[in-house]
Amino acid sequence: MHEITITSGRNLPHIDPWLTIWGWEIPVYLFLGGLVSGILFISAVFYLRGRADRYPTIVRVGPLFAPVLLAVGLLALFLDLEYKLHVFRFYTAIRLESPMSWGSWTLAAIFPLSTLWALIHLKYVLPNWRWPWPIIEKLIDFFSGYSRAIAWLLIIYASLLGMYTGILLSAFNARPFWNTAILGPLFLVSGLSTGVAMIMLLSRDEAERHLLAHIDIFAIAVELFLIIHLFMGFLASTQIHIEAAKLFLGGPYTTEFWVFVVGLGLVLPGLMELLEVRGKILPTRIPAILVLAGGLLLRFIVLEAGQFSQWTF
Amino acid sequence: MSIEFTRREFIKISGLGLGGLAAGGAMLHAFSGNGQQETAYPEVALADFSEGTATLTPTVCEICFWQCAGWVHSINGKPWKIIGNKNDPNSNGRLCPRGTGGIGAYLDNDRLKTPLIRTVVDGKQTFREASWEEALDFIARRMQKIARKYGPECIALFTHGSGGTYFKHLMHAFGSNNITAPSYAQCRGPREEAYLLTYGEGVGSPERTDLRSAKCIVLIGSHIGENMHNTQVQEFADAVAAGSTVITVDPRYSVAASKSKYWLPIRPATDMALLLAWIHVIIEEKLYDDEYVEKYTTGFEELKEAVKEYTPEWAYPITTIKPSVIRETAREMAWHAPATIIHPGRHVTWYGDDTQRVRAGAILNALLGSWGRRGGFYFPNKAYVPKYPYPKYPKPRHSWREAFPDQYPLANLSIANGLRDMTLPGNKKGCQFKGWLVYGTNLLFTLPEPQKTIEAIQNLDLLVAIDLMPAEITGYADVVLPECSYLERYDDLRILPGRVPSIALRAPAFEPRFNSKPGWWIARELGIRLGLQKYFPWKNIEEYLDTRLKKIGSSLTEMKEKGVLILDEQAPLYIEEGLEPEFDTPSGKIELYSSILESYGFDPIPRYTEHEQPPQGYYRMIYGRTPTHTFGRTSNNPILHETMPENEVWINTRIAKLHGIRNGDYVVLINQDGVRSNKVKAKVTERIRHDSVYLVHGFGHTDKRLKRAHLRGANDNALITRVAVDPIMGGTGMRGNFVTFERIS
Amino acid sequence: MPRYGMVIDTKRCVGCADCVVACKTENNVPEGYCRDWIVQDVQGDYPDLYMEIRSERCNHCENAPCVRCCPTGASHIVEGGIVLVDHDLCTGCKACIAACPYDARYVHPEGYVDKCTFCIHRVREGKDPACVEVCPTKCMHFGDLDDPRSEVSKLLKSRPHHALIPEAGTEPKIFYLY
Ligand SMILES: Nc1nc2c(c(=O)[nH]1)N[C@H]1C(S)=C(S)[C@@H](COP(=O)(O)OP(=O)(O)OC[C@H]3O[C@@H](n4cnc5c(=O)[nH]c(N)nc54)[C@H](O)[C@@H]3O)O[C@H]1N2
Ligand SMILES: Nc1nc2c(c(=O)[nH]1)N[C@H]1C(S)=C(S)[C@@H](COP(=O)(O)OP(=O)(O)OC[C@H]3O[C@@H](n4cnc5c(=O)[nH]c(N)nc54)[C@H](O)[C@@H]3O)O[C@H]1N2
Ligand code: SF4
Ligand code: SF4
Ligand code: SF4
Ligand code: SF4
Ligand code: SF4
Ligand SMILES: [Mo]
Repeated sequence: MHEITITSGRNLPHIDPWLTIWGWEIPVYLFLGGLVSGILFISAVFYLRGRADRYPTIVRVGPLFAPVLLAVGLLALFLDLEYKLHVFRFYTAIRLESPMSWGSWTLAAIFPLSTLWALIHLKYVLPNWRWPWPIIEKLIDFFSGYSRAIAWLLIIYASLLGMYTGILLSAFNARPFWNTAILGPLFLVSGLSTGVAMIMLLSRDEAERHLLAHIDIFAIAVELFLIIHLFMGFLASTQIHIEAAKLFLGGPYTTEFWVFVVGLGLVLPGLMELLEVRGKILPTRIPAILVLAGGLLLRFIVLEAGQFSQWTF
Repeated sequence: MSIEFTRREFIKISGLGLGGLAAGGAMLHAFSGNGQQETAYPEVALADFSEGTATLTPTVCEICFWQCAGWVHSINGKPWKIIGNKNDPNSNGRLCPRGTGGIGAYLDNDRLKTPLIRTVVDGKQTFREASWEEALDFIARRMQKIARKYGPECIALFTHGSGGTYFKHLMHAFGSNNITAPSYAQCRGPREEAYLLTYGEGVGSPERTDLRSAKCIVLIGSHIGENMHNTQVQEFADAVAAGSTVITVDPRYSVAASKSKYWLPIRPATDMALLLAWIHVIIEEKLYDDEYVEKYTTGFEELKEAVKEYTPEWAYPITTIKPSVIRETAREMAWHAPATIIHPGRHVTWYGDDTQRVRAGAILNALLGSWGRRGGFYFPNKAYVPKYPYPKYPKPRHSWREAFPDQYPLANLSIANGLRDMTLPGNKKGCQFKGWLVYGTNLLFTLPEPQKTIEAIQNLDLLVAIDLMPAEITGYADVVLPECSYLERYDDLRILPGRVPSIALRAPAFEPRFNSKPGWWIARELGIRLGLQKYFPWKNIEEYLDTRLKKIGSSLTEMKEKGVLILDEQAPLYIEEGLEPEFDTPSGKIELYSSILESYGFDPIPRYTEHEQPPQGYYRMIYGRTPTHTFGRTSNNPILHETMPENEVWINTRIAKLHGIRNGDYVVLINQDGVRSNKVKAKVTERIRHDSVYLVHGFGHTDKRLKRAHLRGANDNALITRVAVDPIMGGTGMRGNFVTFERIS
Repeated sequence: MPRYGMVIDTKRCVGCADCVVACKTENNVPEGYCRDWIVQDVQGDYPDLYMEIRSERCNHCENAPCVRCCPTGASHIVEGGIVLVDHDLCTGCKACIAACPYDARYVHPEGYVDKCTFCIHRVREGKDPACVEVCPTKCMHFGDLDDPRSEVSKLLKSRPHHALIPEAGTEPKIFYLY
């Protein structure tokens, strides 16, 4: 027997009996951040490869949603702050060791970039739209001249954003379940997959959707590979990490994770997309929706499980 | 005004602010005109160290009865913290957690705020707020009525705590010496009598145990470390750090047990067998201090003869302690003697043969020669400060003693439960009590068999509760008087025995909050209304204290600056230092064989008697202390409450499994008489025997006005519906109650 | 420059929580919160039991993850290696809470994150922290770990000890003597 008891009545809000400092806001933000990074990344890539006209949804329509979704994510992030008046403090320091500092500065860059990107493409998507202020038109025209440079910047910052959402958690050594280098790539790929799924929902073009499905199948395969490695890594590590993995292997998160995230959020949509590309079944929106739901749930579960896992098992 | 009740109901809700104000003379500044609702009082918050410089006021802690001296730190009149007084031999500058959290007693907004009088509104009993004048007039009239009809002796005072001094004085002046405290028959009475019988002197408080120099400490149920009597814990830690051997006898793996070389998880109620076996080994193996025994004791041969049969092998099946362990521990004690202490315990009213059990320990100490020796028991010094010159008290005609002509012959102090029982209808002898003044003791939590206490209360013409908090007893009172906390008042000087003679002062650090008053003021005002002015010649407490202090060449001014004064005259503490011990016994020696006990027909040498063990499916309910609480008085303290908001019932892992109880589940305890407890959290642990469950005393408050403590945890006392009374001195053995569990889904 | 640390003698500690209560009053810690706490760590089966009692708080880690992950610089290290939170810089993002393996931090009701300060206001005046000063068993020691003559150094040298979760790599500066 090993009884460990706090006997002085400690009952700190959201710390005891286990961490619940982060509620819905952070997973929603992580989800939207990943999604936006995915949208912007493929948009910029295909733009640079000169496929804007062939794949208009990927290159032009998707990015229109990026700043909006990012704003919602940022709002969630803001709502999570306990000292909202001090939000500006993120921008009075550059802390190279802090992923959150990296994140806030990345956001400071990618939010205007994504807005600009959306504005540049808006006139293609809505050709009749006119801004009431000519100055805006002029500015957009000016920046359109630097589209390629902006696209390159987007590739960099979208990758940073995607990675940061993963690294943010894996930087917390204190929480055994987050204490793995695999979370970064996993969230990055999952962000790409959800971004692709989002565009898939918007796209009406068969060829485009096939392309997206191909990308997604690849992303899903990588995700499954990473998940398996995640658990293998844990099980090969210290007792604390084995305990953390057990949360998903018979523990409280087992069903949610394996049935909903892996089964319904990855394997099933992956299979459906595979059949779709091979023309075995009619294309539907179902896999895209499943991927999005799975991506959101993944972040909720990872966030909660990480907070639940402790060093002192 | 006269209100008669056929039955006093327990008033759980706070009082009405009606009427009383208009009727009362002195207006209560704190109350609004109609007072339909309880007045909202502002909360007082702790000061922050950044707010300014601290003012220091000397105090003597009143959170328990150890009476440590300290300094109250306040900033701009706001409370900050209390720190021990470095010159105080009773705290050495360090208070215990309860003393440190004592500031919460002042902060608590659930405190009693103004006098309350029981009344009937719409056929329901309730309290109404009253002015001091009205409340005191009411009490004085009632007391005089009782005195005229039955005699002043028929009013009893139950008191515990330092403020009781003035009420004791008042009672003596009024003509009653029926004054009692739960610290005798519910606490250390058997111990004092056992040592008195053996050594001609009690152990006293603070205990005269020289723990800090002891090489071997034997704790029999004394859970030092959870029992936070301050210097006792400090010295225990010193001894442990110095590598002393600790032997702890406890059915529970207490904190002290975790510091021990030997933990003897004894079957409860069988300690006497272990003690006798130890004496047997010490004598048989000639491990005793023969010089000391020869010089100072009498009755050794009789003792030797009497314990012949009590071999470790005999004790094994009784106690479940292996013979080898009994022998080994006995040798260890002898090895370190005379720096070996068989701790006399403090709360020793367990099984009804408690005087005898403690005496067995006293005999062991005598065999090891530790009484009067370094590392054993020292001979304390006590400061002498002349009393305030009062006129002579009238001589009471009756005393509680008459009610028990052939019982408890050796009770040197009054028995609180005895006075209660004399209040029950049908009592023919001595006083039939008609009035109770209850100062600073929560009788419903404190006296076992609470059903009897409630019954006795129904038979009273007057019940006055003078308290700080809306404790259960106040819910049965006719008049409730709110005393201010110890941080808001002066009290009499603290004069305690110890290694050095010391006195200490408690001075007010704050104005009384709400409409509360200090005890001395209440007693004096009541005295004046009872026509006893001549017994209260001083105008105020400062004058009283200054008069006393001047007689030893000090003054109130000096004491306010120093807080503690160490007096010069110091006698030697140990025989090693030249002490010539005297024993105030009939033989003038340490009585291993007690001639007094013999003359009253009791066993002159302790003998083993068997106690009932729990029936199948039931477990013995044992109880004790937790470091951050004092009984039930701190459970609502805003600072201390947090450290332990409710008690838990300790259940052995195996037993819990048997009953399907998991750690953290809530259960109800049901005792052998069908009495049910409030729900209580289960602590499933290896740290307790399978035949017992453990509760910390003082939880499960039923008064709604205690907002934090109300219905948190279980009240052990409610489950103590049976007692085993000590025939020698009337102590109430409280550990013979058995409980089972009911799970709450 | 000193390097402050604490050495706690678990042999003496009785788990009375005086250190917890003293911290509350000294530092005006709000109701419901605490900067230190007591752990009873019991091993074994009845009746062969062993218990270590520990008074725990922020370890003022040498390699403090809470400071590293703080995006604003609110969590920082001052003289003597004491880890502090500057309330004015804190956004309440809680990254530092997630980063601390000892769960030593909490969100103060006013919004900023708070924790043990090693009573720096006292240390600067040459006094011991409040919890150390009050402990009735005198089991806590505070001082400069780099000064070989300090009591803490001597104790660490002469007695076996351990720190909490060394595997986390934070290099804690509170040591528990066996
Ligand atoms: N079941 C059970 N019964 C027990 C015990 C047990 O462990 N279990 N222990 C026994 C022992 S050892 C003892 S010593 C007794 C103790 O018995 P009590 O002394 O009755 O113990 P408390 O419950 O602390 O009650 C003290 C009362 O005094 C009030 N009070 C506190 N401070 C002040 C003050 O400054 N002024 C006034 N006027 N009132 C104040 C409190 O609010 C409380 O109502 O209980 C005995 N009874
Ligand atoms: N923190 C704190 N400290 C206090 C107090 C307080 O209220 N709070 N009250 C003070 C007062 S007034 C008193 S009288 C003392 C009382 O304190 P003590 O005299 O030290 O303790 P007891 O209440 O006699 O005993 C409690 C212990 O006895 C064990 N026990 C139960 N049954 C048996 C048995 O049959 N045999 C043996 N050997 N052990 C048994 C229990 O497991 C528990 O550990 O504490 C004082 N100190
Ligand atoms: S032992 Fe603790 S509660 Fe009792 S008087 Fe001393 S400081 Fe106060
Ligand atoms: S005050 Fe000292 S003895 Fe009490 S719990 Fe804290 S460290 Fe331990
Ligand atoms: S214990 Fe936690 S809060 Fe303290 S320095 Fe280490 S990581 Fe930071
Ligand atoms: S909560 Fe405050 S101290 Fe903690 S990481 Fe965020 S800004 Fe820094
Ligand atoms: S060092 Fe000061 S702030 Fe830290 S736990 Fe001790 S008393 Fe509290
Ligand atoms: Mo007691």
